Amino acid sequence: MPGNTRIRPGAILLGIYVVLIFAYLVFPVLVIIPLSFSSGKFLTFPPPGFSLRWYANFFGRGEWTGSAWLSIWVGLSVTVMSVLLGTPAAIALVRGRFPGRRLVLAFILSPVIAPGIIVAIGVYFAYAQFGLVGHPFALVLAHVCLAVPFVVINVSTSLQGVDRRIEQAAQSLGATPWATFRQVTLPLIRPGIFAGAVFAFITSFDELLVALFLSGTTAVTLPRRMWEQIRFDIDPTIAAVSTLLITLTSCLLVGTELLRRRTERARTRPLAELAPTDA
Amino acid sequence: MRPGAATTPLVSTELARSLLLVGPLLVYLALFYAYPLLGMLSQSVHQKVWTFAAFAELLNSEVFWRVMAITGRIAVLTTLFCLLLAYPLAFFLARRSRATANLLLILVLIPFWTSILVRTYAWMVLLGRNGIINNALIAFGLIPRPLTMLNTRFAVYVAMVHVLLPFMVLPLYATFSAMDWRLVQAAQGLGARPLAVFRQVLLPLSLPGVSAGCILVFTLAIGFYITPALVGGPSDVMISILISDEVGVLKWPLAAAMAVVLLAVVLALFAAFSRVVRIDKVF
Repeated sequence: MPGNTRIRPGAILLGIYVVLIFAYLVFPVLVIIPLSFSSGKFLTFPPPGFSLRWYANFFGRGEWTGSAWLSIWVGLSVTVMSVLLGTPAAIALVRGRFPGRRLVLAFILSPVIAPGIIVAIGVYFAYAQFGLVGHPFALVLAHVCLAVPFVVINVSTSLQGVDRRIEQAAQSLGATPWATFRQVTLPLIRPGIFAGAVFAFITSFDELLVALFLSGTTAVTLPRRMWEQIRFDIDPTIAAVSTLLITLTSCLLVGTELLRRRTERARTRPLAELAPTDA
Repeated sequence: MRPGAATTPLVSTELARSLLLVGPLLVYLALFYAYPLLGMLSQSVHQKVWTFAAFAELLNSEVFWRVMAITGRIAVLTTLFCLLLAYPLAFFLARRSRATANLLLILVLIPFWTSILVRTYAWMVLLGRNGIINNALIAFGLIPRPLTMLNTRFAVYVAMVHVLLPFMVLPLYATFSAMDWRLVQAAQGLGARPLAVFRQVLLPLSLPGVSAGCILVFTLAIGFYITPALVGGPSDVMISILISDEVGVLKWPLAAAMAVVLLAVVLALFAAFSRVVRIDKVF
């Protein structure tokens, strides 16, 4: 960074402050992990001894694994539907010029900003009239609305980074719009689609409020079961589930970031030669 | 574009193509999101006949106004605490090299993408009567008996700021990294003291990020449900919890009327927000 190498007391204070904030952000997430391996029945720290009993409790009880599988299936269905609906929409929003573009975008993104409880009771009110409460299908239908904005945002961002001249070059060489998309645009926006898919999956997988109203007693997702367990008694089984969730989320995020970097490097190299002034 | 311009064939095929691409999503959201929401919201004024009885009941409801006051207060203070923490953090990140900043941003993003339920549970474990913080304080002899931290307003602030902090950090960081730092150097070179540099250069230049972050955090905070329900006490009922309770006893008109009020506030803020920044640039 521009020559600011002198160390001043202000900089030291700022450094300490920042370290404390990072501790506040990360410590609560990390503290769960050792607790999940505790041999004790209570959440004391440090744990009295090492044991895998809470993991055994999770994997050995059909209700927990059943909920986990349900959440995974709902999440995967939501991901597929969100990508199929969101990717073309993002292309139209970035490349197309049509009246009311901003309004359409605001509408598509609104489920993320709208208070969760309003969306939850709204879908509950309507879906209940069709007898959908307690059916996993209802969860998928509602979760897609909450997840699709993340696909649209990530694909849009990715698409804005694609040099339009490459697409124009393909078309001027005789490629049809579909062939241009398949062979030129799609490979370039693949990291955006992948990131959107990951965020869509996490959104559905962690979603609680809609599940509180739509799960009924027959489609109890993992967050819904955790919610009931937490309100009832906070035994270390929740710590084990949380640790599994933290691991899953971290892996997905780091994987997305690595993929993004790799493709970005591969993509910017030829373009940098085209535009050497872009520093 | 002028509406009349759509008569040329080239433009109309492009319009048709755009509609074909965005249409399925719009139809989907209309059917499974907008229609259910509007149906529910319409319950506030219409069951069998048109009536404003629910809103009248709301206006006279002492509980509603008390909960609105609590919600507003929690949202304002949460926003303020987030700003106090995020501003120096974003400033610090923007002064690092890109690689370092990206690495540190992952530390911000991992809690961001960790389930709210998991993070709230973590605070319950930390703040509980026999929780980690109380045990540590007693072990060091700092307090004689456990402090009551869980199920208090304090716990609500600690946990909500933790959940919402990334939403403040990200827009602020974006503003700081796009800033022309030569202005700061120029001010320093001309002999301005640190406080003067902050007040006259840094703060005005960062205001778009500040307002974007504040609107975003406030908007999300007033709709909070999970965190106050789990770590708050009986007096920390926020509007979302009240709405859910009314649905629980099947008082749909009242719940819908409250939802209308909450949604109106959120939409107004959302409109203000999209004037400050481009909404697709935030996430």
